[in-house]
Amino acid sequence: MANDRIVLPPVNAQKTNMTCHFCIVGCGYHVYKWPEAQEGGKAPHQNALGLDFRKQLPPFSTIVSTTQQNVVTDHDGSRHNILIVPDKECVVNQGGGSVRGLHMASYMHADGSMTGERMKHPRLHTGDQWLETDWDQALALYAGVTKKVLDAKGPRELCFDSADHGGAGGGFENTWGAGKLMFTALQTPLVRIHNRPSYNSECHATREMGIMELNNSYEDAEVADCIMAIGCNPYETQTNYFLVHWLPNIQGITVDKKKEWFPGEEVGDGKVIFVDPRKTASIAIAEATAPDRVIHLDLLPGTDVALFNGLFTYVIEQGWIDRDFIAKRTKGFEEAAKANSMSLDECSQVTGIPVAKLRQAAEWAYKPKAGGKLKRTMHGYEKGIIWGNDNYAIQSSLLDLAIATHNVGGRRGTGCVRMGGHQEGYARPPHPTGEKLYNDQEIINGKAMMYTAWAVNPFQSTLNAEAFRETVQRRAEIVKQAMRGARGATTAEMIDVIFDAISTKGGLFVTHINLYPTAMAEVAHLMMPAVHPGEMNLTSMSGERRMRLSERFMDPPGSAKPDCLISADIANALKALYLKEGNAKMADRFKGFEWKTEEDAFNDGFRLMGAKDVGGEIHSQGGDTGHLATYALLKAAGNNGVQLPIKEVKNGKLIGTEMLYTDKFGTDDGLAHFKASPWKGFFKAVEGQRAKYRFWVNNGRINEIWQTGYHDQYNPTMKERWPMAPLEINPDDAKELGVSNGDIVELFNDYGATYAMAYLTPEAKRNQVFMQFGHFNGVVGDVVTEAVDRNVLPDYKHTWANLRKVTRGEYKATVSFKSRHYKA
Amino acid sequence: MTQTTVSRRDFFKMGGGLAAGAGVAVTGLAPASAEAAPNTAVTLPYKPKTVARVKTMKVNQPVPFNYPDAASPCSAVKMGAPVPGGVGPDGDIVAFSVLCTHQGCPTVYDTTDRCFKCPCHYSIFDAEKGGQMVCGQAPSKLPQIVLEYDAKTDMIAAVAVNGLIYGRQANVL
Repeated sequence: MANDRIVLPPVNAQKTNMTCHFCIVGCGYHVYKWPEAQEGGKAPHQNALGLDFRKQLPPFSTIVSTTQQNVVTDHDGSRHNILIVPDKECVVNQGGGSVRGLHMASYMHADGSMTGERMKHPRLHTGDQWLETDWDQALALYAGVTKKVLDAKGPRELCFDSADHGGAGGGFENTWGAGKLMFTALQTPLVRIHNRPSYNSECHATREMGIMELNNSYEDAEVADCIMAIGCNPYETQTNYFLVHWLPNIQGITVDKKKEWFPGEEVGDGKVIFVDPRKTASIAIAEATAPDRVIHLDLLPGTDVALFNGLFTYVIEQGWIDRDFIAKRTKGFEEAAKANSMSLDECSQVTGIPVAKLRQAAEWAYKPKAGGKLKRTMHGYEKGIIWGNDNYAIQSSLLDLAIATHNVGGRRGTGCVRMGGHQEGYARPPHPTGEKLYNDQEIINGKAMMYTAWAVNPFQSTLNAEAFRETVQRRAEIVKQAMRGARGATTAEMIDVIFDAISTKGGLFVTHINLYPTAMAEVAHLMMPAVHPGEMNLTSMSGERRMRLSERFMDPPGSAKPDCLISADIANALKALYLKEGNAKMADRFKGFEWKTEEDAFNDGFRLMGAKDVGGEIHSQGGDTGHLATYALLKAAGNNGVQLPIKEVKNGKLIGTEMLYTDKFGTDDGLAHFKASPWKGFFKAVEGQRAKYRFWVNNGRINEIWQTGYHDQYNPTMKERWPMAPLEINPDDAKELGVSNGDIVELFNDYGATYAMAYLTPEAKRNQVFMQFGHFNGVVGDVVTEAVDRNVLPDYKHTWANLRKVTRGEYKATVSFKSRHYKA
Repeated sequence: MTQTTVSRRDFFKMGGGLAAGAGVAVTGLAPASAEAAPNTAVTLPYKPKTVARVKTMKVNQPVPFNYPDAASPCSAVKMGAPVPGGVGPDGDIVAFSVLCTHQGCPTVYDTTDRCFKCPCHYSIFDAEKGGQMVCGQAPSKLPQIVLEYDAKTDMIAAVAVNGLIYGRQANVL
């Protein structure tokens, strides 16, 4: 394809809605599709964008780059141009696009392009090679082995690792389909979620306190007096939330809006307080924008609980809390205040932040304004807490502070929210037992006979990854060996061979359901091809609970299917097996999967929560009013969709909710519950590495690569930029170790070893390195301990390791090692 | 002492990483191109235009010009050492469209970092690495102006543009 021109959509090009596949922000885009042979003209009346391409367009006119275009082929063989353009009318991104979203078209399937590696049909491993097969054989084998395990050993041997989010790889349709299969039909408790080793919320504490983690709107960031950004890096991971909604506040552009919203109240340019041991690209940009309105609390790794307890104690002492609100709408304040009590001096000692800086931050965020009005401070947090040193404890301490200062509970410009990773899209039956099993350890300890990795890649993303990977490899090889020996076996005979290997020899039968083979192909025996938004209709919800329908506009590759319909196929295959042997009771467990389309799955799950006589409880982020949402209404709502929960349908429009907890909190008594959460230090496993090794190994995402790089690893431009996981290291540390930019270094500790590409970063602190998470070439999880909190949430962010130079890399010639921190 | 020994295990890990597992041959599949060429074809009828005399160019001092027409601001820089796409007697002169490929704001050349930086959404492009994005939201590199050097006249000329200039359907209007 040309790199110096694009093909414009003609005025009659098909135009559909698409919410970005990737991060939680959920930017709105339009997809244009038209026959390959046609091309719109440059005059505004000749192209669907209505822009005059006969002359240079001014900045901010639109975004149309070559990465936003592709040529796709439908099942009937017809070829079409596509162009995916940010939607200016979408209130989320307002015409903006991130580097990730602006690659969506490149990442739609097109043979001969970078997406040529997509799986088109199921694949069966014969023991020594992959064989492409059809769904009938794949389902017969999968259902056959499953039934044998279920009948002989029960559901606890059926392990699933399954995405529970929205966007690509998820969505309300697919989480419902897989959830109904796992929990209602198979009834297995041994299920883990895509980024953690158990089946659990990432927000136990805040939910127990009555506060769901997505409780405000992006607009609240525009009108906050202060934004407290904790363990998050929004420029790189929630780009347009930061650029479109945070920065204008920090730049002072939203002052008029504040005056309009809060008449008679002192308002001014927004301030931001970053809580992060590392100086991030977001902090650099905020400082370049408004140096006087940024504080960076660069606390010592893992000391968040102490920080929030210190601030909580200080604001109580100063009287900067809302006593009336505490009395009327909360409980447990006195107990929490006592348990969490920590002086600023002690807080400073533990966190390493000078007292004066702590005091200044407290003043910015919580000192009442002129006239005694409370500050409006929004708290946004992400993996620094979610994967921090005791998720439950940090959330408790942070929420205590936010509740006491009335920064939750319905005031605009406030909120205590997750910044988020993926979009959301949860609708499932409840977990069958409620157990929080540590699935990785179960597998390491020889439990489970079947392992289905579904829209996940734990080899690149789990903790204690080396031990997990080595166990799965070893146990999967037992099955491969048995399959190799079964020469001439029919499917029925192969099922017996596999069952023998997993029930008597310690084997593990691995199925992988995904877009691409991924690293899991190394161990899988069976793979099934799935689809992503655009190839199916899919609904998700964003970080402000904004639900949209991404419309199908093209056919998936080969016979690939939505996860919900794969779930239905599996359930229906099992039902047929049980009916065949006359076992009506078991067959009954697999009923209710008579879905022809993804909309059937949507109507069966998301829309039925709260309805009577549906055969069981449903947990859905749509709540009891989910039934009001239909595909037709969501399509009409376009890229602005509706913010859940839906209040009503008025004149054909879905009316949603901007702010939660204006009246009552999400507890039985409607009160927000404070939680005692004293500072306790590190987990034992973490402390063990901290005592022995030199470098704190921080980790996280980088802007350009989405998660495990499942698409990006095939994109030559991305691979040129990030061929290996980068490792930010202080230049003085690097010098001591003889390490230069682009060198390959090894990180190693008691848990394993991994490799990365050195990226000398003057802003990195001594003895602290930061490695990209989830990369396809360099897995930081290999050196992460098995430490988890009380709810089995990993402390992914805290491990220590030593570092050595392995070799002089070749990357220096092709990779830029310049500062990623913007300076004016 | 720096250790440089690489074991076989190390080599496997570095060579293909975990993605190597994805490359396992599949019987019965049409060959798929994992390393398909990116959009690299320069297709339009560009007209050459002289940019500057080399001996008048100073290291790390950008020379503004327009190409392929008056509405497309560009910048040529002599880097002082050979760089990708560099021309001239020292192979060190490069030029780029200065319009950010994200939303079209004019980027500013930073002589300290030798990068073009966008003040609107903070994308940073490395002039010494073919306009590679260092960090930012732009979907593609800064379009690099293809240059030619005429030793007789000591002039460099722009002859084509590699990459789509912001705000255009095609680089040649």
